[in-house]
Amino acid sequence: MKSIRIGAGAGFSGDRIEPAVELAQQGELGWLVFECLAERTIALAQKARLQDAEAGFDPLLEERMEAVLAVCSARRIRIVSNMGAANPLAAARKTCEIARRLGIRGLRVAAVAGDDVLRLIKETLPRASGGELAQTDPGRLVSANAYLGAEAMLGALDAGADVVLTGRVADPSMFVAILAHEFGWTITDWERLGRATVVGHLLECAGQLTGGYFADPGWDEVPNLAHLGFPIAEVGEDGAAVLSKVEGSGGLINAATCKQQLLYEVQDPAAYVTPDVVADFSQVRFEQIVADRVRVSGGGGRARPESLKVSIGVRDGFIGEGQISYAGAGALGRARLAEAILRERLQEHSLRDLRFDLIGVNSVTAGIVPDGMREPAEVRLRAVGRADARKAAARIAREVEALYTNGPAGGGGVSQCVRETIGIVSTCIPRSAAASQWTIEVS
Amino acid sequence: MQLREIAHGRAGDKGDIVTLSVIARRLEDFPLLERQVTAERVAAHFAAITGGAVRRFVLPDLGALNFVLQRRQGESVTRSLALDAHGKCLSSVLLTLEIEGAVRGERD
Repeated sequence: MKSIRIGAGAGFSGDRIEPAVELAQQGELGWLVFECLAERTIALAQKARLQDAEAGFDPLLEERMEAVLAVCSARRIRIVSNMGAANPLAAARKTCEIARRLGIRGLRVAAVAGDDVLRLIKETLPRASGGELAQTDPGRLVSANAYLGAEAMLGALDAGADVVLTGRVADPSMFVAILAHEFGWTITDWERLGRATVVGHLLECAGQLTGGYFADPGWDEVPNLAHLGFPIAEVGEDGAAVLSKVEGSGGLINAATCKQQLLYEVQDPAAYVTPDVVADFSQVRFEQIVADRVRVSGGGGRARPESLKVSIGVRDGFIGEGQISYAGAGALGRARLAEAILRERLQEHSLRDLRFDLIGVNSVTAGIVPDGMREPAEVRLRAVGRADARKAAARIAREVEALYTNGPAGGGGVSQCVRETIGIVSTCIPRSAAASQWTIEVS
Repeated sequence: MQLREIAHGRAGDKGDIVTLSVIARRLEDFPLLERQVTAERVAAHFAAITGGAVRRFVLPDLGALNFVLQRRQGESVTRSLALDAHGKCLSSVLLTLEIEGAVRGERD
């Protein structure tokens, strides 16, 4: 019986590259998928493209492609990735250029576009009613990208592209597209698309399935985490799969790691909505076959939604931040004095929000866990706030630095930063409003 | 005992919500989770950061509960001033809940 072997080569834009090389070399793969696009990444990429028409794709695309293209080409492993970000066409051209540099001729690299709906959103914004979007100033919009589904990639896959680069597509859809292409599933085979979505969801964060983000010493031990291997799914025609990783690689796959990843970022497990299907994760079963091999079955699905989700990037001013450490006797008291001083000094600087954390004491758990009475050996005060102007935000960091000679005794190790923030607002558009297109570049 | 002794879990995020899974280490402990780790208790535990009710989804086959927390207005991954803007640390904070009843023997 035919089965398809897919490896997950990246789970986020900054992910490690070595495990993808290991997968390509030793995973006996048919396909390698790189998921590299977070909600905000595409807005940042859009800003880069405005500065330079050939920019706007994933900043690590070049490094990743250089690491895997030769071995993938030699072993006929096809690649699917959303590293196209805000500029899939430029990403395809860059990939061809790298292929030529590596001596690979005739590599077919597809660019899938159509997710960019900024113009449409700008036109319809004045008519938007209710919600956060209606209150948004159109001049602050940076990007608007619809989540495209598997269908958008099928044309390029059926045309035989060796590498498919997309902008915003739903993460699991990259896996669904590969499986629908390989098995010839129709795009309304909800049951199978649902199961393929289970596989895609499990693999899309790469190492988070194989023991990454799982270890808790004394309770959940993960062997050789330093050399964490990334996952492989062997998927059958019915959409059921066996999950594994390269033999001898670090990490582990068992029912516990699989359950954590199955529910990761999921709201209603019986209705996980993607552009392809409303997938049902609630009946999924995991069965350990041998060490580091788990069978997954039982997923389902029903008809896909009629609308597509759109992520809209909105300029949201600047965040300024400064940190300073206090240690030894009375550390906490001096940090609190520093906070009080900053509150007073920053009062008049047109900040929209201001927040203070005592890192090591209450930066995550304020109001949830009592601060605790024991004096910490050290504590780090963090001051952070938001302003419309960069200069006002920078004032926060300056005031923290000034605590050296103008604050309590013994402060040290100041760090500071100012960054522009792009908030993300979501909306929906009719499916017909985002038409996808693809083109193929050849090296 | 702490919830951690009988369960593990992972936090996730989507826009202005945080999701938290609580998964029984052993299936036979799941009824204990289902009885004691209620939506109301989780809402009370995280009252300082949530802006409303907590939804709970029960997954008996997986021996798991899945919680969806609405964050306060204006708090989202991309806008939050919090050090952990995603809320990723919250899964371990949830595992500090006190659970009554079972006396744990040997661990798995």
